[in-house]
Amino acid sequence: MSQFDPVPIVLDINGTQYRVFAEPRRLLSDVLRDDCGLTGTHVGCEHGVCGACTILLDGAPTRACLTYAVQAQHHEITTIEAFGGDGNLSPVQQALHEEHGLQCGFCTPGIVVTMEAWLAENPDPTDAEIRNALSGNLCRCTGYHNIVAAIAKAAARRREGSPT
Amino acid sequence: MKPGVFSYEAPATVQEVLQSLAARTDSAKLIAGGQSLAPMLNMRLARPEHLIDINGVSELSGIAIQGDRLSIGALVRHDALARSELVGSCCPMLAHAAGTIGHYAIRKRGTIGGSLAHADPAAQLPLVALVLDAEMEIRSARGTRTVAARDFFQSIFTTILEPDELLVAIHVPQSRPRESWGFRLFNRRAGDFAIVSVAATLARGDNDSILRLRLAIGGIGPVPVRAEQLVVGDPARLLSKDWPARVGAMVADTIEIQDNEQIPVAFRKELVAALIREVLDQAVDRIPEHPL
Repeated sequence: MSQFDPVPIVLDINGTQYRVFAEPRRLLSDVLRDDCGLTGTHVGCEHGVCGACTILLDGAPTRACLTYAVQAQHHEITTIEAFGGDGNLSPVQQALHEEHGLQCGFCTPGIVVTMEAWLAENPDPTDAEIRNALSGNLCRCTGYHNIVAAIAKAAARRREGSPT
Repeated sequence: MKPGVFSYEAPATVQEVLQSLAARTDSAKLIAGGQSLAPMLNMRLARPEHLIDINGVSELSGIAIQGDRLSIGALVRHDALARSELVGSCCPMLAHAAGTIGHYAIRKRGTIGGSLAHADPAAQLPLVALVLDAEMEIRSARGTRTVAARDFFQSIFTTILEPDELLVAIHVPQSRPRESWGFRLFNRRAGDFAIVSVAATLARGDNDSILRLRLAIGGIGPVPVRAEQLVVGDPARLLSKDWPARVGAMVADTIEIQDNEQIPVAFRKELVAALIREVLDQAVDRIPEHPL
């Protein structure tokens, strides 16, 4: 066995422990999808530009494609699977739904994860601030207007304290 | 877009990092936030045999005043720098510039030490380190040395760091009384690296006199450069109504701008003039009427 071979890795994802074997070079995005079966995290550019693979590492938005799974041990990982569910959408998910903030949906998991964290830190943003925050997530369907409207709506609802 | 094979370790102390670097010399690469290195690994532009992950080295993440300097651990992330009250009050240009790096998720992960050691010629933090006369504290198993920012950046993506050295902290001298600042970068899309960026500080004396002007420009050569030495005659000594524009024109006319296929020199020359004008306008507007 060489030092490049798969190593045992324990990941804490959405409050559940996953035990996998992965080479040190395996991207967290691939391990989440292929080894843990959590396919909500999407893989786009694999060099940090598109934002589709964004997850939370100890609560901070992080590109899963720029993180190696071996690095994520002993940290809390939160993926899109932790946000809402059938009939119980998160504020950003619900607002994206209502404002038609997605078409193909490929970029949506990254946008939801990023913006839920961003709104927690920036509860009362201007449209310009929302646009700036969204600049790290590429969407090639919507033209962004509906996403901006959705984030503004989600922000207003969060401030009022009602999830939907 | 998958990296080649590498082995991996995550030491907990600077001492362990230095020992590992000394043992492996050229074959190892340090990884901090990974926001520049991981893309290079994924695209196989970099093929280190071994990664030394310093994210768990807690002694590298402090921000503190040490004497007349603000000292920032190499592992401080851009978002923490941008939000730090201490940095915001002692070194507002640094906090502002950190908030303009990349995107939100990138700033949550990228580190000041990583950005400086990566030495992208268009990056914000090398420019700010240069204009603020920051000093880099560098350690290896052989000892410790401190290098001024103007000696640290050697060429594109190249610093004075030896393969066995670790950048552990950045020390920034505090501003003088009645010293203000300006910072501006031009890019085509939010989050992109700058085409040209400019940073300046201005310390003002009585009767519109200039006690100290520091000016630095990024994106026009292999490393960011200081440019206040190109300001001569009256504009070097006295503020006037058209001072920002005069300085911008004077510097743009005389500074060397490296040719580049994508961005014509003529365009970057105009950007240099325009950004200097804006940055100096900001600095003039920010000067408090009375000494702090």
